[in-house]
Amino acid sequence: MMLVALLLCVAGLFAVAVAATILAANVPGRVLTYGATAALTLVALSLSALGLFGGGIETLRLPIGLPWLGANFRLDALAAFFLVVVNLGAAASSIFALGYGRHETAPQRVLPFFPAFIAAMNLVVLADDAFSFLFAWEFMSLTSWALVLSHDRDATNRRAGFIYIVMAGFGTLALLLAFGVLAGTDGNYAFAAMRAHAPDLQTAALVLFLVLLGAGSKAGIVPLHVWLPLAHPAAPSHVSALMSGVMTKVAVYAFARVAFDLANLSDWRLSAVVIALGGVTAVLGVLYALMEHDLKRLLAYHTVENIGIIFVGLGLALAFRANGLHAAAALAATAALFHVFNHSLFKSLLFFGSGAVLGATRERDMERLGGLIHRMPKTAAYFLIGAAAISALPPLNGFASEWLTFQAIFLSPHFPQWGLRFLAPAAGAMLALAAALAAACFVKAFGITFLGRARSPQAETGRETDKISLAAMAGLAALCIVAGAVPGTFTAALAPVSQMIASDHMPSRGLAAPWSPLVPSLGSANSYNGLVLLALLAAAIALVMLALRILANGTSRRAPAWDCGFPDPSPATQYGAESFAQPIRRVFGTIAFRAREEVFMPQPGDTAAARIHVRLIDPVWEAIFAPIARGVGFVADTMNPLQFLTIRRYLMLVFLSLVVLLAVLALWL
Amino acid sequence: MGAISFDLAHLLAGSLVLMSFVMLYQDRLPSLINAFALQSALLAAAVAWQALAQRAPHLLVTAVIAVTLKAIIIPLVLRYLIRSLGIHRTIETVSGIGPTMLAGMVLVALSMGLMLRATEASNVIAREDIAFALSVVLLGLLIMVTRRNAVGQVIGFMSLENGLILAGTGAHGMPMVVEISVAFSVLIAFIVIGIFLFRIRERFDTVDVAALDRFRGERQ
Repeated sequence: MMLVALLLCVAGLFAVAVAATILAANVPGRVLTYGATAALTLVALSLSALGLFGGGIETLRLPIGLPWLGANFRLDALAAFFLVVVNLGAAASSIFALGYGRHETAPQRVLPFFPAFIAAMNLVVLADDAFSFLFAWEFMSLTSWALVLSHDRDATNRRAGFIYIVMAGFGTLALLLAFGVLAGTDGNYAFAAMRAHAPDLQTAALVLFLVLLGAGSKAGIVPLHVWLPLAHPAAPSHVSALMSGVMTKVAVYAFARVAFDLANLSDWRLSAVVIALGGVTAVLGVLYALMEHDLKRLLAYHTVENIGIIFVGLGLALAFRANGLHAAAALAATAALFHVFNHSLFKSLLFFGSGAVLGATRERDMERLGGLIHRMPKTAAYFLIGAAAISALPPLNGFASEWLTFQAIFLSPHFPQWGLRFLAPAAGAMLALAAALAAACFVKAFGITFLGRARSPQAETGRETDKISLAAMAGLAALCIVAGAVPGTFTAALAPVSQMIASDHMPSRGLAAPWSPLVPSLGSANSYNGLVLLALLAAAIALVMLALRILANGTSRRAPAWDCGFPDPSPATQYGAESFAQPIRRVFGTIAFRAREEVFMPQPGDTAAARIHVRLIDPVWEAIFAPIARGVGFVADTMNPLQFLTIRRYLMLVFLSLVVLLAVLALWL
Repeated sequence: MGAISFDLAHLLAGSLVLMSFVMLYQDRLPSLINAFALQSALLAAAVAWQALAQRAPHLLVTAVIAVTLKAIIIPLVLRYLIRSLGIHRTIETVSGIGPTMLAGMVLVALSMGLMLRATEASNVIAREDIAFALSVVLLGLLIMVTRRNAVGQVIGFMSLENGLILAGTGAHGMPMVVEISVAFSVLIAFIVIGIFLFRIRERFDTVDVAALDRFRGERQ
C-alpha cells in the first residue's frame, strides 16, 4: 500500500518534470513546478515516515524492464529511513527554490531536471533488483549532471561537469560489476536472490572493493572525492544542497544495502578497511576545506569529511556485527544513520545560506565577503546554527550523532581482534581531529563571511534574501535544534533500521518519552540529555544577559573596532580566510598538501608591496588522477592515426582481426 | 541422404573455392568479372542442388536470384561501366600473385581446420558447406584487401557475399526473409558502389582508390 503510494509520488515527480519543460518559461509556471515538487516530496516524506514506523516489508513487481526480471521494488526499514532523508531534503530545497529559484538565469535548464533528479533518488532507494537499481542510479547521475551544467557558459562548470560524468560513469561501472559478482554464475539480478546466498570471503572482498569504488565515488570517499568540490558548487544552490546533502546519502544507502543486506559482510578484516577509509576521509576532507576560501567549495569538502564520519560508524557496525556484538553494532549503526539524517539537515541549511549570500552578493569567494551579519541578519543566524551543528557543538544535532559514534568507539576494547582494538581508537582520534578542525573551519567560514567589514562593494550592498528562502532555512534550523534537543526520539525511530541491519537496537524509552536521556548501551555509565543541556545553556545565557543588563553600564559608546593594531581603514587589513587558515596550513598542510609559502620582497628602494604566494599540491590529484589522465591522453594520441587510414588499410585491419580471431579459435578448440 | 547428393554438393561448394582462387590471381578486370560470373553461376547450381537434396523449394528462388543478378546482370553492368568509363583494364595488386596465393591457401586451411572441428555436431553437408563458405568469405576479403582498384574491391565484396549465401543454404531452415534481405542488401550495395564509381571517375579521372587518399591530403 505504502509502496504503491510512494511509486505514484515518483511517477508524479516524473510528470512534473515533463510538464516543467513547458512551465519553466514563465514565473507562475516555475512556482507551480517547485510547489508541486514540494507537495509531492512532502507526501512521500510522510509516507516513508509511516513506512519506517510501520516496520513491515512490502514488495512489488512491475512488468517493465527486463522481461524475465521485471522491475522489483521493496520498502523495508532501511529504505524507508533513507526515503525520509531524501524527501525531507528534497522538500526543503523545493521550498527554498520557490524563493531562490526566481533569480535563476536559465530556468529551462534547471526546472525539468530538478523533479526528475528527486524521483530518481527515490527510485534508487526503492529498487529491489540490480537492473532497476542501476537504471535509477544512472538516471540520478545524468539528471544531476545536467543540473551541474545548467550554467554552462562558465568554463570551470564545464570542466566540473566533465569530471563528474567521468566519475559517475566509472562508479556505475563498478556497481554493475559488484552486482554481477553478487549475482553469481546463475546471473539472477533480483536482490532477493542475492540475499539468499552468502558469498565466500574472496567474493565478499571483491564486492566490498567494487562497492567502495562505486558508491564511494558518489559519496566522496578519499581518494574518489575529486569531483565533489567541483560539481556541487557548480549547480544552483538548492541543487548543491540536494547533491551534497541528499545524493551522497543515496550513495551511503547503496553501500549499506550491499554491505549489510545483500553481501552480508561478516569478516572483521573487511570492516577494518571501511573504518580506515572513513577515518582518512574525515581528516583529509576537513583539511581540504580549511585550505578553501570559496564558500560553496568549502561546504562540499565538509561533505567529504562527514561522509568519512558516517563510514567510520558503518565500518564499526560491520566490525561489531562480525564479532556477534549486536548491541554495540546497533549503537554504531544508529550513530551512522543518525549522522546521515543530521548531515542532510545542516548541509542543506548551510548550502541554502551560501545560496542566499550568493544571490545577494554574486560572490562565492569569502575573501570578498564580510560584514553580512548587518545586512542579512536572519541568514546569518540560520547559517550560524548550521555551522554550530556541523561543528558538533552541543546542544545541536551534530553533537548528538558524533557523540554516539564516539560511544561506539569507546566499546572497541570488546573486540576480540587486536587489529580492531588498535584501529578503532585510531579512527576515533582522527574523528576527534576532524571535529576540532571542522569547528575551526566553520569559525572561519562564518567569521569571514558574516563578521568584520565588507571586503568588496558587492558585500556592502547585499540585501536580506526573500521570505520563502528564509522560511526553508528556518525550518531546517529548527529541525537541527529539535534533533539535538531530543535525540532519543530520533534514535528510537531508527530502532527498526538497526534491528534490520544489526539485529539489535539501542536502548530507548520509545518515541513517547522525548525527555529521557540518550544511553548508548545497556549498563553504560555515559548518557546525554540534549534537553537538559539546552535548558542549562538557555538558563546560563539568560543569567549572563540578566547580569549584563543589571550590572553593566547602560550607556553605549561607539568606537572603532579593534583599534589597537587596526588603524588602517582599508577592509583588506582585516583577518582574512587565508590568514585564519595559515597556522593550520603550516602544521598540516606542509605534509598533506606540500604547501610552500614564498615571500617576494621588493628590492631596496622599490616601493612595490611585498607579496606572499602560497602553493598547494593536491596529493590525490597528483598521485592518482593526473597519471590516469596522462595515460588516457597518451593512448588517445597513439591511437589517433587510426582515424586517418586509407580505405584499403581499414579493410586490411578488419580482415586481419577476423583472421586472428579465427586462428585463436582454431587453436583454442 | 545418398552418397551422390553429398558428392555433388561437395563438388559444387569446392569449385566455388576454386573460383575464388581463380579470381585471386586475375590481374585484368574483364577476366576478373568473368571469373566472378562463373562463381555466381556455380553458387546458383550449388543452391539449386541443395534445394533438391533438402526438398526446400524456396531455395530455388535464391538460386534464380543468384543466376539472374550475380551471374548475368551485375557482370554485364560492370563490363558496361568499364567500357563507358574507359577504366584501365589491368589491376594493380598490392603484393605479388605468389604470396597472395599462399596466403589464400593458409586461409582455406584455417577455415577448414576450424569449421570441421567446430561443427562436429551438425550433419555432413552442412559441415562441408560451412567450411567452404568460410573459405570463400575469407578469400573474398583477401581479394578486397589486395586490390587497389575500386572495381576489384566491389567484386571482392560480392564474392564474399557468395560465401555467405553458400553458408546460409547449407544450414537447414534458414528463413527466406534472411536470404532475400541479403540479396537486396547486395543489390543496394552494388548500386551505391556503382554510383560512387561514377562520381569518383567524374572527379578524379580514375578509379584507383589511391587518388582518393591523395585528395584527402594524407600520407600513405
